[in-house]
Amino acid sequence: MYVIHRRTPLSSAITALEVEAPLIARKRKPGNFVIVRPTATGERIPLTIVESDSERGTITLIVQAIGKTTQLIHTMKEGDEFEDVVGPLGEPTPIENYGKVVCVGGGVGTAVVYPMAKALKAAGNKVISIIGAQNSDTVILEKEMSAVSDELFVTTDDGSRGIKGFVTQALGEIMERGDDIHSVYATGPLPMMRAVANQTRGSGIRTVVSLNPIMMDGTGMCGACRVTVGGKLKFACVDGPEFDAHEINFEELIARNKNYMNQEREAMETLKQEHQCQAG
Amino acid sequence: MSRNHVSKPKVEKIIPLKPRERMQIPRHAPIEQDPGCRINNFSEVSDGFNVELASEEALRCLECNDPVCTKGCPVNVDIRSFIGLIYQKDYQGAINKIRESNYLPAICGRVCPQESLCESVCLVGKKNEPLAIGKLERFVADYEINTGGFTPPKVDESKGQSVAVVGSGPGGLTVSAELAQRGYAVTIFEALHEAGGVLKFGIPEFRLPKHIVDAEIDRVKALGVKIETNVIIGRTLTIDELFEEMGFEAVYLGTGAGSPRFLNIPGENLGDVYSASELLTRVNLMKAYKFPEYDTPLKLGKRIAVIGGGDVAMDAVRTSKRFNPEKAILLYRRSRDEMPARAEEVHHAEEEGVEFHFLTNPVEIHGNEDGSIRAIECQKMELGEPDEQGRRRPVPIEGSNFMMDVDTVVMAIGQKPNPIIQQTTPGLETSGWGTVIVDGNGSTSREGVFAGGDISRGGATVIQAVADGKQASRSIDTYLTEKRMEEAPVQN
Ligand SMILES: Cc1cc2nc3c(=O)[nH]c(=O)nc-3n(C[C@H](O)[C@H](O)[C@H](O)COP(=O)(O)OP(=O)(O)OC[C@H]3O[C@@H](n4cnc5c(N)ncnc54)[C@H](O)[C@@H]3O)c2cc1C
Ligand SMILES: Cc1cc2nc3c(=O)[nH]c(=O)nc-3n(C[C@H](O)[C@H](O)[C@H](O)COP(=O)(O)OP(=O)(O)OC[C@H]3O[C@@H](n4cnc5c(N)ncnc54)[C@H](O)[C@@H]3O)c2cc1C
Ligand code: SF4
Ligand code: SF4
Ligand code: FES
Repeated sequence: MYVIHRRTPLSSAITALEVEAPLIARKRKPGNFVIVRPTATGERIPLTIVESDSERGTITLIVQAIGKTTQLIHTMKEGDEFEDVVGPLGEPTPIENYGKVVCVGGGVGTAVVYPMAKALKAAGNKVISIIGAQNSDTVILEKEMSAVSDELFVTTDDGSRGIKGFVTQALGEIMERGDDIHSVYATGPLPMMRAVANQTRGSGIRTVVSLNPIMMDGTGMCGACRVTVGGKLKFACVDGPEFDAHEINFEELIARNKNYMNQEREAMETLKQEHQCQAG
Repeated sequence: MSRNHVSKPKVEKIIPLKPRERMQIPRHAPIEQDPGCRINNFSEVSDGFNVELASEEALRCLECNDPVCTKGCPVNVDIRSFIGLIYQKDYQGAINKIRESNYLPAICGRVCPQESLCESVCLVGKKNEPLAIGKLERFVADYEINTGGFTPPKVDESKGQSVAVVGSGPGGLTVSAELAQRGYAVTIFEALHEAGGVLKFGIPEFRLPKHIVDAEIDRVKALGVKIETNVIIGRTLTIDELFEEMGFEAVYLGTGAGSPRFLNIPGENLGDVYSASELLTRVNLMKAYKFPEYDTPLKLGKRIAVIGGGDVAMDAVRTSKRFNPEKAILLYRRSRDEMPARAEEVHHAEEEGVEFHFLTNPVEIHGNEDGSIRAIECQKMELGEPDEQGRRRPVPIEGSNFMMDVDTVVMAIGQKPNPIIQQTTPGLETSGWGTVIVDGNGSTSREGVFAGGDISRGGATVIQAVADGKQASRSIDTYLTEKRMEEAPVQN
């Protein structure tokens, strides 16, 4: 069913997969995600729909191998099938012509912000983008982001590409220029999104982040993805995943996302052992 | 719900015992795993009756002229007749008899709250313990599964009309089975990757094995019903598209009430606080009890507190108990008598060493610096005046707060319908609680859209969802028959 038509490595741990899912491709809007299960014994995990092609009936996912499930997906080949793909999930990004907007992607978060940037550009916004990565190897979607941005900044932690430093450094420069920024869209690791939120809080610039809590069903049925936004309980899979960054309780979410750390390590160990067995 | 009139011709009695003799036979207990043993596995607690036990239990039936038991059953299973067939050792005949009224007997025999339905009115129960109707129903259903004796009931000639059923819980399965038998083409759309609804992701393996649920689903499929998993109505497809683009002429909403409620107390979003839905879905649907063979993890500590007093709470605490904690505790704010859970499950939980704390209400969950749970703070309650449903209302006792040393908390305080369909279907009326409003026939405010089960009741029982499904299938049949007539070319 959910066949991988094309697999494109973007870095040593990040790949783009074009997956057959005609019903989802037809409906998908920027900001939507899917839940996938690679195998019949696999875990359900959320992945953003980076692009969709309703004619080919495919969606494009970009996945970074960080744990057992993403590692498994990373090693899937063209012609392989996902056991399950369900979506499109989440509330789409509201898109209007706001004027000038900044889109910030950190690490694989660039894959999440890219469809937003593309839609914002198409709606007539002036789009300034920042993509950050650890080093030049992990910078992804630079060409694509550049094509939908009026201005693009690249930052790397080690300075091997673009500006040396975090995305907040580039954001600081843009804010200092005195540009009339209407909104900031930021997606990436939680500490990065928190840093961006703190940076724009004083200026009151509307800041939207796409959260990545642990999810399971993606339909509002388990509460695993719950976050506190403006003091209220929200389920990121149905109420989000995008929220007003200034209202989010990041500390709580960061702690919740660490919940399964030990089990995930165990799962990774068994995956490694399986690979060794196959190799030997 | 329409009350089928139960006729009372004098039917001959086939069991040769005198009523007094029958009344003297004590109720038979099912074969069960030893509690000390079963808390170390996820296998079914009860093996139910074997042939001997079933035959002897059947002897207890008084073969009443007015079998009130049938009226106590929401779908009016002809209990007297199926028990007679068990006495005659015609087990396949017995299950066929049940299936005339209930297409999911292996499930209902296991999970119906019989003590408040069919068995609550059984005449034997006036003096002795009532007949074990549920266990007998389960026995013949299992007999059929084990012997492979199932042949699908007759399906009417195709009516040329198709119906979309949203959700594959007991309600959706029932509507589908009923309409397929009447000649409609039925497709079920299910959001998850497996069919079965709560039967699959909620009720644990040790109470309702998943191969049993699959066997019943296979019987629905045997009628020609198609099941499309991984389709979320409201997201992947909308109700309007089902009608306008896909050509369905009626839609049944059986999407249940799966969205967990929380108490809104401080500390509730600490990492080790789960909803019962999350805990049970991880274990049942995702098979976390087989981790790392299955990839989905579950992290439970050594002292687990489950909040609530219904079936969901009982399932959550007994599931927790099977992960070998020092303590699995149940905290309930009323007293034992007000607990809505099935009596059998409360009894099983007690046998398994679950610690019950009644009249205890959590007010705060205290965390450590690393985000783990240190303790749960509770307040003592006392029972006050009865509420609208006649249950005595719990009232907090001032100054009675105390700490309980726990490291995991599970919230099982109720669920509500998730809002996806309601938000994406124009013209569908809902109540303040988010449930879809239906009339007595299962019709919603949208033409051609019917609903029942938990989505309209907000958390009821399997058999109630089955009963709603049967009612709605009759309404859908009437609706589509009229539609057929209107659209048919006028003949002279
Ligand atoms: C709405 C949404 C959209 C997403 N889109 C993408 C995407 O387009 N591409 C992509 O590569 N990833 C995306 N993610 C994150 C992705 O789902 C997680 O990386 C994945 O679930 C990890 O699974 P795993 O078994 O490989 O790793 P695990 O073994 O589960 O986790 C490895 C480590 O990552 C942490 N972690 C666990 N879950 C998450 C999470 N949800 N987010 C971040 N860290 C986590 C764990 O604490 C652990 O330390 C998205 C998440 C959400 C909620
Ligand atoms: C843990 C637990 C234990 C229980 N124990 C008992 C018991 O012992 N006895 C008893 O009688 N009752 C019990 N109940 C209650 C009983 O299970 C429910 O009343 C019953 O399952 C309701 O059936 P339903 O058909 O309305 O929906 P459900 O069984 O809830 O099924 C609804 C289905 O619809 C799917 N769905 C939801 N939204 C969509 C959508 N937008 N598109 C497509 N599909 C969708 C869901 O994934 C689900 O599969 C229990 C409930 C729980 C949670
Ligand atoms: S379906 Fe449930 S209520 Fe009806 S007879 Fe069977 S066990 Fe009793
Ligand atoms: S009420 Fe009890 S005794 Fe009478 S027919 Fe029903 S099951 Fe038998
Ligand atoms: S993922 Fe389960 S409620 Fe959001």
